[in-house]
Amino acid sequence: MHLPGYVNNVATPFFVTGDPMIYASDVLIVLTLVAIVFVLTYFKKWGWLWREWITTVDHKKIGIMYLIAALLMLFRGGVDAMLMRTQLALPNMRFLEAEHYDQIFTTHGTIMILFMAMPFIFAMFNIAVPLQIGARDVAFPYLNAISFWLFFFGALLLNLSFVIGGSPDGGWTSYPPLTEWPTDPGPGENFYLLALQISGIGSMATGINFLVTILKMRAPGMTLMRMPMFCWSVVGASILIIFSFPALTVALALLMIDRLFGAHFFTMLQGGNPMMYVNLFWVWGHPEVYIVVLPAFGIFSEVVATFSRKRLFGYASMVASIMAIAVISYLVWLHHFFTMGAGPGVNSFFAISTMSVGIPTGVKVFNWLFTMYQGRIRLKLPMLWAIGFIPNFAIGGATGVMLAVAPGDYQYHNSYFLIAHFHQVLIGGVVYGMLAGMYYWWPKMFGIILNERIGRWAFWVFNIGFYVCFLPQYELGFMGMTRRIYVYPAGMGWTALNLISTIGAYLMGIAFVLIVWQVLYSIRFPERDVTGDPWDGRTLEWSLPSPAPHYNFARIPTVTARDAWWAEKEARRRGEDVQKELRPLEPIHMPNNSGRPFILSVCFFIGGFGLVFEWYWLAILGGLGVMLCLLLRSLETNTDHYIPVEEIRRTEAALGRL
Amino acid sequence: MSLAHEEVLSTPSSDVPVEYSTEDGALKIFGFWIFLATDLILFACLFTMYQILHINTAGGPTEQELYDVPGFTAETLILLVSSFTCGLATLEMRRGRRSASMGWLVVTVLLGLSFIFLEVREFVDYVNRGATMQRSAFLSSFFTLVGTHGCHVSLGILWMLSILYQLGRRGISAMTARKIFIVGLYWHFLDVVWVFIFTVVYLQGVM
Ligand code: HEM
Ligand SMILES: [Cu+2]
Repeated sequence: MHLPGYVNNVATPFFVTGDPMIYASDVLIVLTLVAIVFVLTYFKKWGWLWREWITTVDHKKIGIMYLIAALLMLFRGGVDAMLMRTQLALPNMRFLEAEHYDQIFTTHGTIMILFMAMPFIFAMFNIAVPLQIGARDVAFPYLNAISFWLFFFGALLLNLSFVIGGSPDGGWTSYPPLTEWPTDPGPGENFYLLALQISGIGSMATGINFLVTILKMRAPGMTLMRMPMFCWSVVGASILIIFSFPALTVALALLMIDRLFGAHFFTMLQGGNPMMYVNLFWVWGHPEVYIVVLPAFGIFSEVVATFSRKRLFGYASMVASIMAIAVISYLVWLHHFFTMGAGPGVNSFFAISTMSVGIPTGVKVFNWLFTMYQGRIRLKLPMLWAIGFIPNFAIGGATGVMLAVAPGDYQYHNSYFLIAHFHQVLIGGVVYGMLAGMYYWWPKMFGIILNERIGRWAFWVFNIGFYVCFLPQYELGFMGMTRRIYVYPAGMGWTALNLISTIGAYLMGIAFVLIVWQVLYSIRFPERDVTGDPWDGRTLEWSLPSPAPHYNFARIPTVTARDAWWAEKEARRRGEDVQKELRPLEPIHMPNNSGRPFILSVCFFIGGFGLVFEWYWLAILGGLGVMLCLLLRSLETNTDHYIPVEEIRRTEAALGRL
Repeated sequence: MSLAHEEVLSTPSSDVPVEYSTEDGALKIFGFWIFLATDLILFACLFTMYQILHINTAGGPTEQELYDVPGFTAETLILLVSSFTCGLATLEMRRGRRSASMGWLVVTVLLGLSFIFLEVREFVDYVNRGATMQRSAFLSSFFTLVGTHGCHVSLGILWMLSILYQLGRRGISAMTARKIFIVGLYWHFLDVVWVFIFTVVYLQGVM
C-alpha cells in the first residue's frame, strides 16, 4: 500500500538551510542554550530548577511558569510581526521571500493565539483563582502540572520547526485542501498539527481542572454569587474550553490522518469535503476567541472595582452576560466563512446571532463605566490598561458588527479591514487585559510592585503605537488590500498608510522593550509590598502575605459577603470588633511534587516529533512512554503529605501573621 | 489532594457510597464526568463527519455491500452484556466483596477482548475486500469513527487490568473503589457511544 507523506515525496533537509536569518538564529539558539547550561552549572542551580520548578505542583509556581512562557512567546510572535510589517512598509520590498512571509504569518498567528494568549490566561487562572476562592490549590494539582508541561512541549515543538524541518505555512487556520499532503508536502504542516494537538490536551485538562476547582473548592460561605468576577469569567472560559476544544482535536486529527495515511476527509478527491474542516475549526475557533477574552473581562472587572474603590456595578448582570456570551459564542462560527455561500437563510441566522453578542458585551462595558462613575479613581498601571481597553473594544466591537453583516462581509472578507478588526479585539481586549492582570497580581506573585514611571511610558507608547498601526489598516482594507500578501506594487495608493502602520508596529515593539526594562529595573530597585495588600484590594488574595506561603491559607477563611476582604476591612474601619481567629492551626494536607508530569510530556514530545517526520518507531516509543507514565501514576499510593502545625506556625510567624 | 482532601474515610454513614467517602474521591469522580463531556463532543464531531461523508463512496464499496448483520449484532450484544457485568462489579465493590468484584471485572475484560477481536476481524475483512480508508471519504470516516471507539475500548481493557492488579494487591479501599467506579463510568459511556454507532452507522447503513 502506498502511503503519502513527506518521507516518500520530498527530500527536505533535516535542518533548515539557505537563509542567513535562519543561520543567525541557529547561532543565537545555540549560544542561549550554552549560556543557560553554563549559568545553571556555574551557580549549581540544576537541583534547584528540578526541585522547585520542574517537579512543582504548586499552582502559584505553575502560574509563574505560564507567565514567563507567555511573555517569551509574545516576544517571538512580536518579532514575527515586526518582520512582516517591515516587509510591508514599502511597495516592492525584497526583505522577505514569499515563502518566508507565508511561514511567518502562520507562526505569528498560531503562536499569538495558542502559545501566547492561552498560557497568559492560564497564568492568570493559576495565580488568582485558588487564592480568590480561599482554596489551597486547584482540584487536581498533578494534572495541572501535566497541563503546563504539555503546553510547554507543544510550544517547543512548534518553535523547533523554525530550525528543523521548516515552519508550517498554511496560515494559522491551516485550511485544506491547501494543507493536504499533495499541495503541502514536508513536515512543516505536521509540526502545526501535532504541536496544537499536544498543547490542546493540556488546555482541555486545564478547563476541567478549574471548573471543578471553582465549583467544588470554594471556602465556606462563598456562594457562587459571592465569587469575585474573575472567577466567574474563568467558569465561562472553562465551559467554553470543555465544549469546544474537542472539535479542534477532531479537526487536527482528521487532517493528520489525511496527511499521514492518505485518507480523504478533506481532499478534493474520493468524496472528501474540505469545508468540513473549516466548520470544525471554527466551531472551536470562535469560542476560542471568547476563551481568551472572557478572562480579560474578568480582570477588568477586578481592576476597575479596586481602583475606583467601589463595588462592581451590576454584579448579577455581569454574571448573566458572561454566561450569555458563552452560549451565544457557539452559535456564530459560520461568520468566518459567509463567503462559503451557504445561502441567505444560513447566513442571516449567523449574521444575527453574531450581532447579538454585542448586547451582553455592551452590558459589560456599561457596567465598567458605571463602576467608575463617581468612584475615587486611581490611575495605577492596571487601571491605565483597563481604561485604554474601553475605546479599543468599542471600535473593535463596532467593526465586528460591520463584519457580521453578511453581504458587507463579502467586501471585507480577508481584507486588511478584518486584520485590523481582530487585532483590535485581540490586542485591545486580550493583551491589554493580560497586562492589566500581570501588573495587578505581580506583587502577589513576587512581592514587588513594578515601577510605575517606566510602566506609564510603556503604556502610552504601546497605546499610541496601537492606533497608529491598526487604524490605517481599516482604510487599507477598504482600498482593496487583502491579507496574507507579501508584496504590493507602487501606485496602488497603499504606500503611505502601510508605512504609517509599520511605524506603529515599531512603537509597540519599543513598548515591549520598555516593559522588559521595567521588569529588570524593578528587580534591581524593588519597591517591596510588605502589607500583602498594595492596591487596597477587595478580594481574598489580598488578605494573604505577598508572595503567599505555599499552602496559601493557614486557616481556610469563612466568607460572609461579596468582596470578602473589603467587607472585613470595612468592619475593622468601623471599629467593629472583628472576631479574632480562634480556630487552632491544623496540619495541612498537600500534594507531593512529582517529576512525572514533565517526563510524561517529554514522551508526548518525542511521540509527536516522531509523527512529524513519520518515524513511526519513534512515535510508538513516545506512545509507550506515555502509557508507562500513566500506569506508574495509577500504581502510586504515596501522593501527598501533611505539613505539621509547627512548620505552619513558623512560616506564619516569619510572615508576621501570628 | 489539597484543601484537606482527606484520604481518611469520613464518618462511615451508610448513605455515602465508599467511592465518594473521601473528598479526593468525590472530586475525581466529578472531574471524570466532565472529562466524559469532552469525549462526548469528540464523538459528536466524528458522528457529524460520518453523517456527512457516508454517501460519498466515490464509486467504491457501499455500506450495504460491507456491513454484516450477524457480525455487528454480535458486537453489540457482547458490549451491552459487558456493560452489565461491569455494573455488577461496581455493585459488588460497594458491598465490599473483593473477589466477586474482581470476578465480574475479569468477565468484563474478556467480553471486551472478544468485542475487539470481532471488530478487528471485521476491519481486516473489509480491507481484504478493497475497502481501505484510502478508498473513499465514506470509508475514511467509517474507520475513524468506529476505530476511535475501538481504541477507547482497548484502553479501557488495559485500564481494567491495572485496576484488577491493584484490587488484588490492596483490596477495596476508598481509592480502589473510586477507580472501579470511574472505569465503570468510562465503560458505560463507551456502551452508549456504541449504541449510537449501532444506529447511525450500521442500522442506517443496512436499512
Ligand atoms: C505587536 C502587535 C502585532 C502586530 C504588529 C501584528 C501584525 C500582524 C500582521 C502584519 C499580520 C499578517 C497579516 C497578513 O499578511 O495577512 C498578522 C496576522 C495575524 N495576527 Fe498579528 N500582530 C500583532 C499582534 C497579534 C496578537 C497579540 C495576536 C493574537 C493574540 C495576533 C494574531 C494574529 C493572527 C491570528 C493573524 C492571522 C495569521 C494568519 O493569517 O494566518 N497578532 N498580525
Ligand atoms: Cu468568530
